[in-house]
Amino acid sequence: MARGSIPILRVANNLLVTVQTELHDAIAEAFQEDLLAAIEKTGAAGLLIDVTGIEIVDSYVARVLADTAKMARLMGTETVIVGIRPEVAATLVRMGYTMSGVRTALNVDEGLALLPRR
Amino acid sequence: MVQVLSRHELAIEREDDVVIVRRKVRTLAHDRGLDSFATAGITTAASELARNVFAHARRGSAAIEELTDGPRNGLRLTFRDDGPGIADLERALAGGYSTARSLGLGLSGSRRLVDEFQIESVVGRGTVVVVTKWTRF
Repeated sequence: MARGSIPILRVANNLLVTVQTELHDAIAEAFQEDLLAAIEKTGAAGLLIDVTGIEIVDSYVARVLADTAKMARLMGTETVIVGIRPEVAATLVRMGYTMSGVRTALNVDEGLALLPRR
Repeated sequence: MVQVLSRHELAIEREDDVVIVRRKVRTLAHDRGLDSFATAGITTAASELARNVFAHARRGSAAIEELTDGPRNGLRLTFRDDGPGIADLERALAGGYSTARSLGLGLSGSRRLVDEFQIESVVGRGTVVVVTKWTRF
């Protein structure tokens, strides 16, 4: 996937990104950098990452998502990951990866409710 | 008695091959009737193990076998490489130990996602990992 091709939407003071493609190594860094640049440009209070479309989250993808949230936090923007599928949640915990420190919500509405209204 | 219904061999030589192996495993798991949880489990294990091959050995192979033992269907995956091998297998299997870009959960995590797990590794010779996942009765 080419840089800049993951659409980033503005919802109130937050950014919403829907990940539908497989976040393999080649695009993971571009994904992170695009999001951080968008946070700077928009001054967004929060970032929602919707992963409903991701059927397989291996430890690499889990780390990309968790690292993205940490990077955004360093800039002062809170991240909520929404839409983790049941089989993905079960697989991650069975592997020993609980995404601790990362805020999650069932869906976009619930996720938006967790973010600051600034 | 376990019967092998089909066998697919895929090379792991480029990073994209990890994705190709993962997709093939997912399709075959679904075709064999594994439910969404079992399919996610074996597919995620395949992703971890294929990535291990690429990250540590650069090249290797994945063999995917469709199995039946009568009442159950299953998938058996064999990942083989001629890479550096694993010096401290016990530590690698315990998890939280990584020599590459990962969480160090590749082997330990994969083991927890499958029904059967075998590994043989010889330093300087390579590593073979065999995992099997079955449908539930």
